[in-house]
Amino acid sequence: MKVFIDPPNSLILFDLVERFGHEPLGAMASIQERIDNIELDMPPMNVTLDDVVGGLRYAGVEVPSGIRGRLALWGPMIDAAEAAVIMTDAPFSFGCVGCERSSEMVKYLIQRRGIPCLRVGYPETEEEAEDAVLRIKGFLEGLG
Amino acid sequence: MTIKIAQLSCGTEYSSVQHEIEKAASAVGAKTVYPDVSHADVKAALDRFGFAPRSAQLKLMIARAVSLADGRYDADAVFITTCFRCAEAALVRNELRRFIQDNTRLPVVTYSFTERLKAAQLLTRMEALVTIVTRKEILARERQSGITVGLDSGSSTTKAVVMRDNEIVGKDWTPSGDVVQSAQAVLESALRQAGVEMSQVEAIGTTGYGRFTLGRHYGAKLVQEELTVNSKGAVWLAGRQRGEATILDIGGMDNKAITVRDGVPDNFTMGGICAGASGRFLEMTSKRLKIEITELGKLADAGNWRNAKMNSYCSVFGIQDLVTTLGEGKSFEDVAAAACHSVAEQVYEQQLQEIDVRRPIIQVGGTSLISGLVTAVGEVLGEKPIVPRDSQYIGAVGGAILSSGFL
Repeated sequence: MKVFIDPPNSLILFDLVERFGHEPLGAMASIQERIDNIELDMPPMNVTLDDVVGGLRYAGVEVPSGIRGRLALWGPMIDAAEAAVIMTDAPFSFGCVGCERSSEMVKYLIQRRGIPCLRVGYPETEEEAEDAVLRIKGFLEGLG
Repeated sequence: MTIKIAQLSCGTEYSSVQHEIEKAASAVGAKTVYPDVSHADVKAALDRFGFAPRSAQLKLMIARAVSLADGRYDADAVFITTCFRCAEAALVRNELRRFIQDNTRLPVVTYSFTERLKAAQLLTRMEALVTIVTRKEILARERQSGITVGLDSGSSTTKAVVMRDNEIVGKDWTPSGDVVQSAQAVLESALRQAGVEMSQVEAIGTTGYGRFTLGRHYGAKLVQEELTVNSKGAVWLAGRQRGEATILDIGGMDNKAITVRDGVPDNFTMGGICAGASGRFLEMTSKRLKIEITELGKLADAGNWRNAKMNSYCSVFGIQDLVTTLGEGKSFEDVAAAACHSVAEQVYEQQLQEIDVRRPIIQVGGTSLISGLVTAVGEVLGEKPIVPRDSQYIGAVGGAILSSGFL
């Protein structure tokens, strides 16, 4: 199944989803596609003007361009996702979209889709980390 | 020497504008750099700065600013930019600007962008940052020497000034049309007035939108953006070469507010998102009132802006207000005063908030001849600005003074 991860650039979540047999939908693939196909080979130039305009599908023109540009990357993936894993309260070193408003909107878009979704709090201790991995494993295995 | 402009930003890479910023920097011989910070630096920086935004990229901006302020990263100038319409970013952008100014001597410029940003919109700002860094000695020049000419090719008018031994000996202006033809016409007139032959001119300085074209055409020794050139002309004309001042130029297309210390600019803001806050709105107002723009100031001085409601945040809405107000039977005097007050208010709200206004305020440019606007600016700022003689010639005078530095 296609599983969207939030934060979309979390390598740990990406790896867990792949390890348990699903297709992770995250920032890496989206940015890689732009590097490969649009010759934007100088990250962080991640989006084109067309992308930002395309972001209007998810947020109105009065929304700052940086939010629309981000949503243009994550929005289509959320549309395509069949499930999602969200790590809440994660520090930005774990992965983030850089902008809190964009992050709120990403979570909202996932909820609006009504797909199976697991919310896991960011673990602060080793025990919590083990528990978080077990919960994610259980969720992913249950997706069938 | 490549000038390093430290970029403190949020959202540029997701708005498709990062390459435009880099293009503008590169066009003026500079490059954008990003102060290095470690993950551990970020928390310490937020504690020191005292403002903890929710967005991670804004946290990174703050950490980079602290790195500059503490001298842990070497840069020549700072460019702070965030998405237009983002409230959290606007707060951080403005406070970081203040923080950098309080803690460093680096020139700073702030900008809020949309996805439509093009390098050309940033060119003058980037060029001014580079000029402030690289031409400090020329900018510090207080006297003009020899025979030099300044040409200012502005969006509304083209001006020429001939100077000899620190005095203006010829000057003229005309509405801008073809860049070279307009300049040639005023140059010939100013030379005639000065009794000087073109062959006697030792140096030419060009500024304004047509500066590159005129620079090539006349083989100018100085081709420089209007922010730094105008500030030099303004302090010379106002006799305020020493100490601090704020120069306010409400132009036909955009407005400039520049702070100077001993005649050298150290910060500036340049706006032009809406014509409602520029001289263009006053032109539209005079047209609607069927009077010459030169009459608008006196008319405004005879009126009371409080009697007519007008808000020129947008020129279209401003003109709607104007039509409604006239329809209500308000006097031309009150309407003219309201138009002037509205422009002054917009300049204050949109631009002067971005710099720390230093006294005295020197108001220059063609609009400084509209007395009603000067009165309105004085009311809004709580202190009447100084309007030096020949205040509409600041760019040309600055060009003549600075180009004599190359003799």
